[in-house]
Order: sequence, then structure tokens, then C-alpha cells
Amino acid sequence: MSDKILEIENLTVSFEGFKALNQLNFNMDTGELRVIIGPNGAGKTTFLDVITGKVQPTTGRALFKGKNLRSRSEHHISRLGIGRKFQTPRVYLQLTPRENLDLSCNRHKNVVATLLGRPSKAEHRTVAGLLETIGLTTKADIPAALLSHGEKQRLEIGMLVAQSPDLLLVDEPVAGLTDEETENVGNLLLTLAESHSIIVIEHDMEFVRQIARQVTVLHQGSVLCEGSMDEVQNNPQVIEVYLGQPEEGDG
Amino acid sequence: MITDYSAVKSSSTMRRRSLLIEGAIVVAIALLILFGAPILLTAIGQEFRINMLGRFMTLAIAALGVDLIWGYTGMLSLGHGIFFSLGGYALAMFLQLQPEGELPEFFTLYGVTELPWFWQPFHSLPFTLAALVCIPALIAALLGYLVFRNRIRGVYFSILTQASLIVFFNFFNSQQKLINGTNGLKTDTTKIFGVYAGSDQVQSVFYALTVILLLLAYMLCRWLTSGRIGKLLVAIRDDESRVRFSGYDPTGFKVLVFAVSAGLAGIAGALYTVQSGIISPKTMDIAFSIEMVIWVAVGGRASLVGAILGALTVNFAKSILSEQFPEIWLFFQGALFLVVVTVLPGGFVGWLRTEGQDLFRSLIGRPRRVMTYPSLAEDPEVEYERQNLRN
Repeated sequence: MSDKILEIENLTVSFEGFKALNQLNFNMDTGELRVIIGPNGAGKTTFLDVITGKVQPTTGRALFKGKNLRSRSEHHISRLGIGRKFQTPRVYLQLTPRENLDLSCNRHKNVVATLLGRPSKAEHRTVAGLLETIGLTTKADIPAALLSHGEKQRLEIGMLVAQSPDLLLVDEPVAGLTDEETENVGNLLLTLAESHSIIVIEHDMEFVRQIARQVTVLHQGSVLCEGSMDEVQNNPQVIEVYLGQPEEGDG
Repeated sequence: MITDYSAVKSSSTMRRRSLLIEGAIVVAIALLILFGAPILLTAIGQEFRINMLGRFMTLAIAALGVDLIWGYTGMLSLGHGIFFSLGGYALAMFLQLQPEGELPEFFTLYGVTELPWFWQPFHSLPFTLAALVCIPALIAALLGYLVFRNRIRGVYFSILTQASLIVFFNFFNSQQKLINGTNGLKTDTTKIFGVYAGSDQVQSVFYALTVILLLLAYMLCRWLTSGRIGKLLVAIRDDESRVRFSGYDPTGFKVLVFAVSAGLAGIAGALYTVQSGIISPKTMDIAFSIEMVIWVAVGGRASLVGAILGALTVNFAKSILSEQFPEIWLFFQGALFLVVVTVLPGGFVGWLRTEGQDLFRSLIGRPRRVMTYPSLAEDPEVEYERQNLRN
């Protein structure tokens, strides 16, 4: 049996009384690709915020490879090996894709090493390989501001991989993409899943069906159910909360 | 793999060659200003402009610092007058304490019979030289650490720097017994190595020193902004919280760049003081620190050459205009700032890089460069939007 990469125990996050996450329990094996779905306000983004250190849990704890993530800052957690992709693509617009990747690829992220260190040959090669993977080799040296939305999404995923994290957190990677781009991103994630543990948050059911093996449904800050796509889709509870209406003939 | 590798290698030799060419041009310009400008200005009977040029070049050093923190890292400091003045006071006090053993005149006016303890080390030249860089840098680092660690950013950072400026101004303005209060410290009647600091001899030495230090400051900033750290500064400007999620702690980088920037302002202040003959709390005026920002905005943010050119042109315009029409300068400065903000957001150098190049190309009959990303220009949806917007 493989080790747990992420364990979340009785996690509650409340914002002035409002419980964004409520007694949430969740765990995930190393190497797994997990999709999290849930209606708006289910706490999906807060869930990622807690794991990446942006929000502190009110009670409960989150363990990454057995280490408690409480009161570690964002950059520290990132160095432990958790990479996060945001809902809207967040890349450095004034820098080129190559520079974007190079910054993420840097192994020693303290001030002195960044000041004096020069990118090694291995890092150059990693960046070139990544540009190939995300299909931006020909656009490697123009400002990222000029990339299309889909290219920015792919660039941000590339930046995540450049960090060589053990766990990738991907928040709505296909929002606003065309069908073709969606499929590209899906294939990219499936390729990455061979060597990383990945959590994907997504609304697009078509896309979820393309990549999902194991699905977790969040509702009102806690886990509603877990299982394969088919199991989840046929779960009456899920249908009720997710579609917001009981299925025909249901009672 | 092998071809990849050789491509990397050849691009790095090309980069080295273009760096050499750039270095040669910069050094040539520095030599021209060092030797050519005084001869030229003397020949056309404008000797007094040599001193002016020297002073304005010290301001250009300060402008480089402001560009580093504002243009590249995106933090608008409105308190660089503090660091400028601290450098100035450090060197001025050293000069006041020459020749050894005498108490500066102003102390006796206020009935102070013994030199305050914190001025004691300023008898030593090496200490003074270190202090005029390190004291501003350390104060900036301390202030910066407290501010940046608490994630205070944007306009709040600007307000804090301006508030600190007022604190320093009030302190320096009111402490007659320690630093001669509002009168400041005069340097032109003091002696350095037995020669009056106001003499032509010392002034031309300081002119040369200014050119050399401006060159060194430019090289330092060029090195800082071209490497990985320079990209990281731009990344912090673009999206600071993304930088955190990439595993960098922005605090350290911001403290470093604030300290370097303050150190440069300190050097600038010291050189300026000797060439203008006095340092007083006036350089801690709110207006002066804002002027520094205006130089950079006019010349071009995130362009080192822009910062230098901006400082020189704005200040020459200021002195020439105020010679002719003493009342008009402030209106002109305000108008200049408005024009830059509304019409030339990238400053003069930013304009040269984009619209200026297109203008030049259309003048010599060549097509404009394609500024947009090709697929965007062909995208029917974008084209449709563009046409609708025009109506």
C-alpha cells in the first residue's frame, strides 16, 4: 500500500462565524489523480487555500507527507513540494515564458543564491524540455502578456511542474477554454499524473469525465461522497445537491 | 540534445559580445562626460554649468535607486529624501570636523562645548565613507523589513515612507544643538586635505568622482536587473502572491532592493552636498522626494538609461526655465508630470521603444512593426470586437 501524501483531519475554517469548511476529512494516496467537484460555495477554493497556507485552519489539521502544514507560510509550503495553479491564469505578464519557467525552476530560492547563482545547464535543459511539453517553444521569448488565454493556462501548469512538486493543486484549469484547448489541458494533466499526485477542482463535467478516476464531492464545507465517476453520478444525494433538484420520478 | 546544447552556447557568446559592446559604449559616454563636457562648457563660456552637471549627475544616481525600487519592483517610495539627506549629513559632518580637534562653529553658538557622542566616529574618513552608504541602507532595511514582513504594500507603503520622511524632517529641523537644525551644515568653507571644499580643485575632483560613481551605480543596477534576481523583481511587481506560491519569500528581496536603493541615495546625497556647498533639512521636503519620482517617470520606468536621462533633463529644464521665468517652473513641472502620466505612461524611453520606433520607421518609409501577437490580429472575434469598439 502506498503512503498517504495528504491527510486532512476534522478541518474547520470559519470566517467570522461562517464555516467555509466544516469538519472535513480527506485523504489521498501518493500518485493519485483526484478530482474535486461541488456546487458554488462548497468550499473548494478554501480547501486549496488551507493546504497552500493562504488561510489558517480554525480547528483540525492538514498533513502533507506526515508534516503538519499549520503556521507555515506559503513559500515554505511550496518548497515542501506543493504547487498550486490558480483559477485565472497567473503568470508574470512582463516576463517571457522562458523567464517564467526559469524562476519557478530555480532550486535555491533564497536571496543570496538568486542574486549570485546562475541558471545551471540542467536547468536550461529542463526549461527547454518544459517549453516543448506545453507547446510554447516558438513563443518562448515574447512577453507572456501576448499569449492567449489557453497558452497562459498551459504556461502556468508548466511553471508548476518546473517547481517539481510532489503534489499539484489545479483550480479550474479549463475555465474559459475552447473544446480543443480543454482536451489539450486534459491530456497534459493525464501525462503529469504519471509522475505526480494531482488534485483538480473542476466544474466542467465533460472534462471531469475525461480525466477522473476518483472523484470527491464537496458540499457545504464537508465531503458528501467519494468514488468513481459513475458511482458519484448515480448517487441520489449528489444529484440532489449538485443539480439543485431531485431527479424525475424520485419520490 | 547536442544541437540544443550548441545553440545555448552560441547564444551565450552572442550575449557576451553584445554585453561587451554595451560596456564599451557606456564607458565611452562616461569618458566623454568626464573630459569632454568641462572643455566644451568652458569653451562656450558656461563654466558654471559644469558644477550644475555634476550636481545633476548625483541626482541621477538617486534616480537609479528610485527606478530600482519603483520601476522594477513596483514599490513607490516617497521617502528617498531621508536617505539622500543622511548621506549628505554624514559627509558634511566629516568636513565640519576638519581640521582635527576643533569644534564646528555652530555648536558654540548654541553653547555646546563637547561634540555629541554619535558624531565622534565622523572624525575618521573611512568610517564616514562607509556610514554614508550603510546608515541609509540599514535604516531602509530595518524599515523595509518591518513593513514588508507584515505584507504592507502599494499605496500603504508609499504613505508610510512619506510619514517617515516627515518624522525625519521634523527631527533634523528642530535639533539645533545636534545638527544645526534648519540652517543645515555648510561645506564650502570647510577644508578637505587642507584645501577648501568650495575651491575649483576640490570641485573638479568631485565632478570626476560623480561621473565614476554614476558609472558604477549604473553597472550595479544593470547587473542586478539583468540576472535572475532582476526577473524576480519584475515578477514581484507583476504578481507578488504568485511569487510566494512559487516558493520565494518576497520579503528578503524587497528588503534588499530597498536597502540598495537607499544606499545609492546616500551616495548621491553626499556627492550633492559637497557640490552645492550645503545640506539642510530642505532635502527632506516632501516635494523633493516626489521630484525624484517625477525624474524616473519622465525618463521611463524600468529603464536605467531613462532614470539617468530623466534626472538630467528635468533638472536642466528646471534651472534654465527658472533662470528665464522664475515663477513658471512649478507650473511647468506639474504639466510635465501630467503629460507623462496621460500621454507617455512609459516615459520618454518607453515611448522611444514603442511609438517612437514606429514614427521613425514611417518617416523612412518602412512598415510599422506588428505590435500584437499575430494570431490575435487574425482572430475574427478580436477583429470584430475592435471594429465595434471603434464605432
